[in-house]
Amino acid sequence: MTLETIVGMLAFGALTSLMIFFFTLVGSLPLGLLVSFGRMSKIAPIRWLVRFYISIMRGTPLILQLFVVYFGPFLLFGLQMGQDYRITATLIAFILNYAAYFGEIYRSGIESIPRGQHEAAAVLGYTRSQTFIRIIFPQVLKRIIPPMTNEIITLVKDTALAFTLGVAEMFTQARAIVSSQGNLIAFLIAGIFYYAFNALVAFIMERVEKAFAYYHE
Amino acid sequence: MSKKKTNILRIEHARKSFGETEVLHDISLSVDTGEAVAIIGPSGSGKSTLLRCATLLERLDGGILSYDGQPIAQSDEQGQMVYASAKVLQEVRMKFGLVFQDFNLFPHYSVIKNVTDAPIHVQKRAKSEVLAEAEALLNKMGLQGKDKAMPCELSGGQQQRVSIARALALKPEILYFDEPTSALDPELTGEILRVIRTLAAEHMTMVIVTHEMSFAREVADRIIFMDEGLIVEQGRAKDLVDNPQHERLKTFLNKLET
Repeated sequence: MTLETIVGMLAFGALTSLMIFFFTLVGSLPLGLLVSFGRMSKIAPIRWLVRFYISIMRGTPLILQLFVVYFGPFLLFGLQMGQDYRITATLIAFILNYAAYFGEIYRSGIESIPRGQHEAAAVLGYTRSQTFIRIIFPQVLKRIIPPMTNEIITLVKDTALAFTLGVAEMFTQARAIVSSQGNLIAFLIAGIFYYAFNALVAFIMERVEKAFAYYHE
Repeated sequence: MSKKKTNILRIEHARKSFGETEVLHDISLSVDTGEAVAIIGPSGSGKSTLLRCATLLERLDGGILSYDGQPIAQSDEQGQMVYASAKVLQEVRMKFGLVFQDFNLFPHYSVIKNVTDAPIHVQKRAKSEVLAEAEALLNKMGLQGKDKAMPCELSGGQQQRVSIARALALKPEILYFDEPTSALDPELTGEILRVIRTLAAEHMTMVIVTHEMSFAREVADRIIFMDEGLIVEQGRAKDLVDNPQHERLKTFLNKLET
């Protein structure tokens, strides 16, 4: 392997990891909100279903979920999926898994808002959706930043699990280089990549937290 | 000839239970335009629950609730409580305002946004007009220069005055106060009582649940004494305080004096 190949592989890996990270958030942040609504639904069967879903997502290893999503279509339905399905399966599994965790974080935030806020909004004539969008949710966001930061940092590291499906993300590439080169430099670079990525996430989340510091309760 | 006054609020034979405990038994009362009514009574007497039922925060289990002569909740033949449609209730909500014991301001909104958000987004009124009125209301509440402050930067008394301004901004026909000074330090109650006194002088229709007996006697046209979910006695404020008829009211007033 030339140095150029190595750099190219790692750069591709970094981009793939970033992509998994980004699309997982884009999918799971809104889906998590729906999960929290389902978990708090007045309709009992919806509540039970969502509870069951969360218990599976939290109660089994993400790596196992990746395999089920990847092999499921063929082993369950005999569907032949193309090469591209590796990345799709990764995203499906990640989004479903993270939506469950985000859902519980949203729920904890929503349930922590005092009843008086709902009552004040009701008396002032806000509709239910106005109450949620204008009054409740902005306050929820402020409250859930710390647990969200934790979860997002975990996601950065979890992207390495896509390795198991042969997705060419950072860790997959580093491992291929290490086995061909016989030294650990690629792992060192991968380590620095994840560390720097998370430092950036922590920095951004700190800024977000500061942006919400213009009031306290 | 006496001028016929209209009942803004009318409650007839209201009943309300929480589980097995009935907290309101057969309550009837009406409030006329321009009247200031104080509701007093020991804690647990049902006075706050009555206010919460009148403001649709709790559902009655029996009786009739009317605003401006229009029944919005009443029992059907089976004795089941039937409320008007969500649309009607939404309109009714614009007739009253409620000032909470613990303010319940929106902490993420500035003072001015707390006051203007509902008129703009619920009543869909023009922003410029709402803003001008809100400024005037804040001035009236002695909060000039505070429009950009956040609730957390204000004292309890200032927060409660913002919440009164917020309620008034929707131009309610009747304003309810649920123990508006109970969450405040004693030295801050005066500023709230002053504001309510001003509103009374302007003949704002008000129902005030309060522990401030001398204030009730001074400001209210009528006082209602509740105990154990019943209206035990009601009458002209001064008569009721100076010359109580029922034993329970006498005991209650004596306890407050000592």
